[in-house]
Amino acid sequence: MKQIATLALAGLLAGGAFSAATAQETIKIGVLEPLTGPFAASGTYVMNGAKIAADQINAKGGVLGKKLELIIEDNKSNPTEAASVAEKLMVRDKVPVLMGAWGSSLTLAVMPKLMEYKVPMLVETSSSGKITTSGNPYIFRISPPSAIEAVAFAKIVDKLHIKKADFLVINNDWGLGTAQDFGKMFQEHGIKVGMVERMDQAAQDMSAQLSKFKSSDADTLIITSAVEQLTLVFKQAAALGLKKQFITTGGSQNPDQLIDQAGTAVNGTMHLTTFAPWVPEVTPDPEATKWFIGEWKKRGFHFAGVTESFRGYDGIRTIAAAIEKAGKAEPEAIRAAMWQLDITGLNGKIKFTKQGPAGKESGQSIPTVYLIKIEDGKVVVPKL
Amino acid sequence: MQELLQHLINALILGSTYALLGIGLTLIFGIMRVVNFTHGELYAFGAYAIFFLESSLGVNFFAAIVIAVVAGCALGALIEYVLLRPLQTADIDTTMLVMIGAWIVMQNTELLYWGGVSKAVPTPFPEEPLQLGPVFVSWLRIFVLIVGTALIIGTYLLIDHTKLGKAMRATFQDPATAALMGVNIKGIYTATFALGSGLAAAAGALLGPVFLVTPTMGDLASLKAFAIVILGGLGNITGATLGGFILAFVEELGAGYISSGYRDAMGFLIIIVVMLFRPTGLFRQAERIG
Repeated sequence: MKQIATLALAGLLAGGAFSAATAQETIKIGVLEPLTGPFAASGTYVMNGAKIAADQINAKGGVLGKKLELIIEDNKSNPTEAASVAEKLMVRDKVPVLMGAWGSSLTLAVMPKLMEYKVPMLVETSSSGKITTSGNPYIFRISPPSAIEAVAFAKIVDKLHIKKADFLVINNDWGLGTAQDFGKMFQEHGIKVGMVERMDQAAQDMSAQLSKFKSSDADTLIITSAVEQLTLVFKQAAALGLKKQFITTGGSQNPDQLIDQAGTAVNGTMHLTTFAPWVPEVTPDPEATKWFIGEWKKRGFHFAGVTESFRGYDGIRTIAAAIEKAGKAEPEAIRAAMWQLDITGLNGKIKFTKQGPAGKESGQSIPTVYLIKIEDGKVVVPKL
Repeated sequence: MQELLQHLINALILGSTYALLGIGLTLIFGIMRVVNFTHGELYAFGAYAIFFLESSLGVNFFAAIVIAVVAGCALGALIEYVLLRPLQTADIDTTMLVMIGAWIVMQNTELLYWGGVSKAVPTPFPEEPLQLGPVFVSWLRIFVLIVGTALIIGTYLLIDHTKLGKAMRATFQDPATAALMGVNIKGIYTATFALGSGLAAAAGALLGPVFLVTPTMGDLASLKAFAIVILGGLGNITGATLGGFILAFVEELGAGYISSGYRDAMGFLIIIVVMLFRPTGLFRQAERIG
């Protein structure tokens, strides 16, 4: 018995020595995404996009002569879990930089840990305004906050002839932030804002909320959530005979998955996305977009995931560029280098501008926002 | 008025599946005194079974539901035979820990096999809803209501009018005396667990196509099933049936007229109130102790 214990201990030690040896050869990047729970689909896509970026960079020789190594953790779509896996990545794996955490509430839960351990994090998806305005100098975001989404939408909103809009939003920082920012923008454009209904992130039956909208005189319903819940909302709206102009926000709609899983219920719906893989030629870097889509398909992933996974791809490329610029894989050097970046991602320039209180600003890059429409089971870019 | 009607019909349909979930759990607790933490996973199992049968094996939708329910019964019987039978003399804590372990293993097996991305189950029903005056109902949900109600009635008939049901009721009243009267207690336990599991799998197979199938879908179902059982009184089948409908109506009307943000909290609020004023549940007779 004692022998077995000694052997096991020796094995553990050897394992530890082995990982210490590999640590010198690779640059670790911590990735925390929701791989299970209500946001599993989206988080898994982002993770796969991140892997493509790492493989592409490593195939070209890596960064600073070392290979990138992604250390991926599942935050289970749960803020408590997100904070603890972030801590694990920073303390046990000693990653000099993180990418995550998909959802706004997940990212917000991780942020105090970044301050504690002084490690920068690239935020690839979250859209709550609070993330970049709360004074966390370790945050660099490439996704649009809902306020920027609202500003981009403001340019075309008049052409949609909305008179009054209701909101159905996920009951967290993301959804409530969207209702606030879009509501403000609507009022500036003379559009009345009606009801704001909320849905729990794990809720599957939204019939009660949708039944309320039936008796509302609003012509448009703005919906904010991720693809799983949107699928259910559209199926249930069709089942209740709710006929309005539906517009979704947030960039996690994965329109092709919606078409797959909700069928004809999504015909005529409109979606604000941050990537347009259906028409690579209109994207800021058509060659890179085509390559990425090709690689995505080659790996056997569903095309629907591209609108989500490109963020993971851009995120890792941004981090790699920052490490290259910093000249060393250390948190403070990477953080400083982030501010000097000026690269082209799949969705426009990635260049961080300062947001939040002076002296401890967060970085925010401003991506392009597209409005797409689903017609007869196909994604089209409407001419407005 | 139109809105109220729509809320009521939504709640009625939801209630029938909540009742199915509640009956399965309360049966197992009432007869076996086992807190079944795998209940939600059997619900998820039913949903995954129909998805797998339909998408991977090309089985017809209706046949897939039947097979899913039978498979749920079989899985329940297996869990009882392998995990619970050796623990019959163990205390309730040990059994509970074993069931929590089984719950974790089942959920992670689903995750490992099917991944975290949700699955949609295709159905043969038209997507255009049925219009009844001012109210709209999807054909699929009408089907769920009919099958759900049929299963509830079937369970009642089984327990009230068959020999097996009589033996189950006898075991519920007093296992020792029932054994003396020639009831095969071990067999009854297996049958009860299989029946309860089959009902959970049926609820999953019916609701999987209505919603989406995900590995964590069982958690919320478990939580609601426990709420329903506590609401109706532990071990009380009528209580679980009514509890299921009450929970659905409270959730639906609470979300419709009070606040949609607190939809899931409404049900638990009711439970707190019930616990304060009727700690044995709404429908449970006072029990003689000693």
